[in-house]
Amino acid sequence: MDTPKSIAETQNGLLARKFSAVELVDSYLKTIAENKDMKAYITISDERAYQDAKKVDKLIADLGKKAFLEFPLLGVTVSHKDLFLTKGIRTTAGSKVLDNYIPQYSATVVKKLEDSGTILIGKTNCDAWAHGASGENSDYGPTKNPYHKEYVPGGSSSGSAVAVAKDMTLISTGTDTGGSIRQPANFCGVIGFKPTYGAVSRYGIIAMASSLDSVGHFAKRVEDIEKVFQVTRGEDRKDATVKNFQFPLRLRSGRAISNSQKNTKKITIGIPKEYFIEGIDKEVAKNVLDAAKVFENMGINLKEVSLPHTKYAISVYYIVQSAEVSSNLARYDGIRYGSDRHSFGEEAKRRIMLGTYVLSAGYYDAYYLKAMQVRSKIIQDFDEAFERVDAILAPVCPTPPFKMGEKAGNPLQMYLADILTVAANLAGIPGLAMPFNFSKAGLPLGFQLLGKRFSEETLFNLGKSFAEQTT
Amino acid sequence: MHMGNITLEEVAHIARLAKLSLTKKEKEKFRDQLEKIIGYFNELNEVDTAKVEPTSQTTGLNNIFRSDETNSEECLTQEEALSQTESSYNGYFKVPLIIDKK
Repeated sequence: MDTPKSIAETQNGLLARKFSAVELVDSYLKTIAENKDMKAYITISDERAYQDAKKVDKLIADLGKKAFLEFPLLGVTVSHKDLFLTKGIRTTAGSKVLDNYIPQYSATVVKKLEDSGTILIGKTNCDAWAHGASGENSDYGPTKNPYHKEYVPGGSSSGSAVAVAKDMTLISTGTDTGGSIRQPANFCGVIGFKPTYGAVSRYGIIAMASSLDSVGHFAKRVEDIEKVFQVTRGEDRKDATVKNFQFPLRLRSGRAISNSQKNTKKITIGIPKEYFIEGIDKEVAKNVLDAAKVFENMGINLKEVSLPHTKYAISVYYIVQSAEVSSNLARYDGIRYGSDRHSFGEEAKRRIMLGTYVLSAGYYDAYYLKAMQVRSKIIQDFDEAFERVDAILAPVCPTPPFKMGEKAGNPLQMYLADILTVAANLAGIPGLAMPFNFSKAGLPLGFQLLGKRFSEETLFNLGKSFAEQTT
Repeated sequence: MHMGNITLEEVAHIARLAKLSLTKKEKEKFRDQLEKIIGYFNELNEVDTAKVEPTSQTTGLNNIFRSDETNSEECLTQEEALSQTESSYNGYFKVPLIIDKK
């Protein structure tokens, strides 16, 4: 059977009895087995997948079309980054510390996706504790780029991006603390979505940096990104930072935009000059400007904007993030679950050390407090830009995918790969990474759209219109 | 502001605070790497933050309360709570000895 590329194709196929959910699972598991060397998965939940699939087939047999109204994601295969707790299914965070950990409860997002009729395929590989931009920090071996096995797939949600790219699932979840969804999406040629901080519950997801962690997902269609977001978002009374919000949102003009309104003509997209400075690969920069032309040809206004504190984002991010990491990883003592602290890998130790240093007596004001103040300046930059534009268009990573091992020996170089993604996390704003074209070496390129807090609808509309123009 | 120059003693102190046991080789490696990374952070001194409030979170929310009720369906049973530990005794987690002097 041909693997469906979207939720609509999957559900239409199931309804028309072109294939059953069990056959769908057969097909995905076969693809996973054929791509074992990609190391996209840590755990494959085949038994569970067949249980879910049988339920789906029964619901369709019993209720027909009505089953899809009751369960909006019925029959959709999902895999979760191995940071998401799944009751009864091993969850490792990509670290040997949790090699034997079987969660006693599920994350809110896992539960919400279950309740909407999805089929759980497995748990995807990631940099241990979500620390990394290349996938090379996983204790279970590095995931490979789907277009060239000697190149990295990006990180830290590496396996999720590759699983979607290679049809090893239809949808995959991820977390984005400093670019960990947008960057692997960009390196693997799929769509990656980082919601507004506070739109989706973090409950039951192994915490990296609590003021930055955003819970999002990967797909091949913007429509599917949106459908999954409609399920995952919203308050759960367990994560106090989550807020319900109403669509449609209003544009700067005060005009409401809605799903049905395809007209994007009065939208203005800002291009931040600080995202095109020296050090940004020429091919990457030119391709983003080509994408800008596509938007311009659709009748969208382009405007240059300035985000003057962009260059400081990486320092602010690595201070705030490592501080929060050192605090969140303090709980791993090997007493209630998991192994003791000897099992931490090198990158986790490095970040714990860095975070403990910037928080320690004598350095707190100089580093941590200073970083929180510059964070305010970065947020102010975005606030000012969003008074003039509805969305921002920028590259995701300064370079196309790099080779395995190229940056592994130099942590500072690796950290600098995050320079174009971390500011969105510091400001808590949403981002949508879209694939567009390939490099001369045949590796995926793309761009990200950033919007103000809770402006997901604008990003989805722009993403959909762009995809219509380019495919 | 203190500029770089992290000593091995400092690295050992930080490791102790973080409850990490590092080998001599790791301590040397982390000293060099932390020095480079912290040195990079010093660029923040270029930014005037004299009158800037720090940001610790971006939601704009504060003091989100809920009523103090338990939902028994969402509580782990004792058996579930202990299911992932390697050593328990009489329904308790067994922990290493911390105070060993009278």
